[in-house]
Amino acid sequence: MTSLLEVQGVTKRFGGLTANSEITFDANAGEIVGIIGPNGAGKSTLFDLITGFERADAGEVRLDGRRITGVRPDRICALGVGRTFQKLKPFADMTVAENVMVGALARTHRMREARDRALEALAFVDLLERRDRFARELSTGQRKRLELARALATGPRLILMDEVTGGVDQRTIPGLIELVLSLKARGLAVVLIEHNMAVMMRIADRILALHAGRRIAFGPPAEVRQDALVVDAYLGSADHAA
Amino acid sequence: MSGEIILQAVVSGLLMGLIYALVAVGLSLIFGLMEIVNFAHGEFLMLAMFASFWLWALGGLDPLMSLPLVAAMLAGAGLLVHWGIIRHVLDAPMLAQVCATFGLAVALRAGAQFLWTPDFRVVADPLVAGRVQLGPIFIGQPQLVAGFVCLAAFVALWLFVTRTETGLALQATSQDRQAAAVMGIPTDRMSALGWAIGLGCVAVAGSMLSTFFYIFPDVGTNFALLAFVAVALGGFGSILGSLVAGVLIGLIESLGGLLISPSYKTLIVFALYLAVVLVRPKGLFGRF
Amino acid sequence: MADDPTLKLEAARAQPLWPRPPAWAVALGLAAGGFLIAYPAIFPSPFSLHLMIMIFLYALMAQSWNVMAGLSGQISLGHAMFFGIGAYAASVLFAKYGVSPWIGLLVGMAISALAAAAVGLPTLRLKGHYFAIATLLIGSGVQIVFSRWEWVGAASGLYIPIERTSPWLSFQFHGAKTPYYFLALGAAALGYLLVWHLRRTRFGFRLQAVRDEPEAAASLGVAVSGHKVLAFMLSGAMMSAAGTFYAQYVLVLDPERLFSLDISILVLLMTVLGGSGTLWGPALGAAILVPLSEYSRIWFGGTGRTVDLIVYGILIVLICMFRPRGLLSLIEDRLRRREGERA
Repeated sequence: MTSLLEVQGVTKRFGGLTANSEITFDANAGEIVGIIGPNGAGKSTLFDLITGFERADAGEVRLDGRRITGVRPDRICALGVGRTFQKLKPFADMTVAENVMVGALARTHRMREARDRALEALAFVDLLERRDRFARELSTGQRKRLELARALATGPRLILMDEVTGGVDQRTIPGLIELVLSLKARGLAVVLIEHNMAVMMRIADRILALHAGRRIAFGPPAEVRQDALVVDAYLGSADHAA
Repeated sequence: MSGEIILQAVVSGLLMGLIYALVAVGLSLIFGLMEIVNFAHGEFLMLAMFASFWLWALGGLDPLMSLPLVAAMLAGAGLLVHWGIIRHVLDAPMLAQVCATFGLAVALRAGAQFLWTPDFRVVADPLVAGRVQLGPIFIGQPQLVAGFVCLAAFVALWLFVTRTETGLALQATSQDRQAAAVMGIPTDRMSALGWAIGLGCVAVAGSMLSTFFYIFPDVGTNFALLAFVAVALGGFGSILGSLVAGVLIGLIESLGGLLISPSYKTLIVFALYLAVVLVRPKGLFGRF
Repeated sequence: MADDPTLKLEAARAQPLWPRPPAWAVALGLAAGGFLIAYPAIFPSPFSLHLMIMIFLYALMAQSWNVMAGLSGQISLGHAMFFGIGAYAASVLFAKYGVSPWIGLLVGMAISALAAAAVGLPTLRLKGHYFAIATLLIGSGVQIVFSRWEWVGAASGLYIPIERTSPWLSFQFHGAKTPYYFLALGAAALGYLLVWHLRRTRFGFRLQAVRDEPEAAASLGVAVSGHKVLAFMLSGAMMSAAGTFYAQYVLVLDPERLFSLDISILVLLMTVLGGSGTLWGPALGAAILVPLSEYSRIWFGGTGRTVDLIVYGILIVLICMFRPRGLLSLIEDRLRRREGERA
């Protein structure tokens, strides 16, 4: 059986710098795959390669066995891949509801239907009451949830989330974790980049550890945690394991 | 068509191209540092030409003599523009950035028309005048001097950017602003320096141009348009690219005017822009 | 049980898709509409009619620029080219082939849309400054072509032949300004209605997304450069319609004026002043700047033009620095947010 997402040996170079070197991993429906690695390990580049924002120099990305390497981002969205960005990108001059409607309009041409889908997504991330605010008025945590709602409104089967808990109020983290777990429960494949190791170890089914653009481990959290390379490269040096 | 005429066109195109290159490099430098296109670039060229003209008409200084003064004035103007305007729109949307320099261009051009009327002026008795014969062709002496001065300015700029610490900091900022800031380079001051140098280059070009070209409020427009093409062709942010592209454009314009039609020579260069954008948007030496 | 999430969702769904305009806005709109219809009867002098005709025309032109800049975030510095194309297309067809300017209007719009596609396709997939520079170069290039093109009168331009038999068909009213007034009002109203509707469509939503964050828009299934090109085509066609109208109004085609950079500057300034991205910003800008320049022409005579432009240039710079979202942004924020803020 093929996985929903298969990444096979992708390599991406920027000038002399190799951001991703022959990375292989996969993600199944109803599974959470976490990506860890220090800054500059190539995590966000990997997202860009999967979602079509960058083109891989080698290797390929398959969705449901279909090759999507080199496909434009908007087409990849249409195939059922949603994503959020590390550097948040809300549509600042549109309201919260309008932001999410843009996502919903990927699935429908009718404005009313888009609005209703958007409201559902907003209720799901608990932003319903802010729907008529302008996106620029939201806090960082709210913007993260807005991005998630927007991506969910496109009706994805696979969602890539960049830095779920980074930069948000500590108190909102449990809520965000709940969200991610309920996505899994809905049968989505979730790939997430996360710096909070405690969170990661708890919710991820498998973890992909990157270092300097290379894969140093891929497997269940318990296994990855034991991996000498990971301990060396990440857990040991930077004290994130709290 | 004889070989001499073509050779003549090549040489005059080459000399004009050096001026285009110097105008373009300022534009390119400023863009490289902060991703802002200075749409008022041509107007600063015009101001430099008028400064040279008035220093000659009122002070009796030949443009060749007043060159350092004009360069200092324009460099000062560059600092002023940076501190007074650009700094305030650095984080603004592109609309505000484009409109800010474009609005400045409109005001400067109209201001020049208001103060100095749209009349054409010339520096009537430049220090260097006349033509020299080189084999079968004739070259205007002012053009020749202008070409050499522009080339010298280019060499000086190149040495500054590649051999001095400040110059290297400038390059670093241009390549990666964030990384440069992390390394302790005062990026804001580098941007200001970029404006000063950029407009200083324009001043040199303008001074030289004023020895053989008409001086009028609209004079900068066409030079700026050609400089935009040069920057795109050379690659936004590339110094060497500006030189090569400026000279290429001088040649294309001159030969195009000769072989196709003088009235459409500008159009040929404009078409080149579309070709660059279509085929190689990052230009010859560009970074993206 | 107001705290029940399902009930809240139901309540949100039950709300109308679009917030209803407040009563005062409806009243204001009706009053303004009534005033504009009654205006020729109240102020019948040729100058007061001319002033309004120019305001309507510029309001339409600025709105067309706003479709590009305000809705898709791309800055055109050569919009005058579409104005000129619209003027020439209709006039050449009428002068040389006797085709009614009404058909010429459509032909001009089609040519402008095609020209926009030709400029936009290569440049709009790149960063925004490539497009801004391209429009500046091409705007200037088109002017060069029309000033040299013998068939359309080159630099001396064209005169539209006088035709008195059927004014509505030939779009000429000779001296009578009232028909022009209502045509201009109608054209502007149509343009604003179109953009008002556009902003509520899927296309309009996606354009605004492209304007704010192109990458995020792409990740949500929006074909970014395709949307920008379509917006530019629509924008060019609207500008072209204004050009056709203007040519029929003045009956003289002068390439120096029709393709002038000043027009590109003015539509930019009006939109930015009023508020780019807002529906009424361009109209507000036109209503402020047209009288300003008409009166300064009277006061300063020939030098008025440069005094105007100095002021305009400085205004543009100041707005960009201190109120980049324009004068109207303050009011519009309040209008769009439903009254009684929810938490």
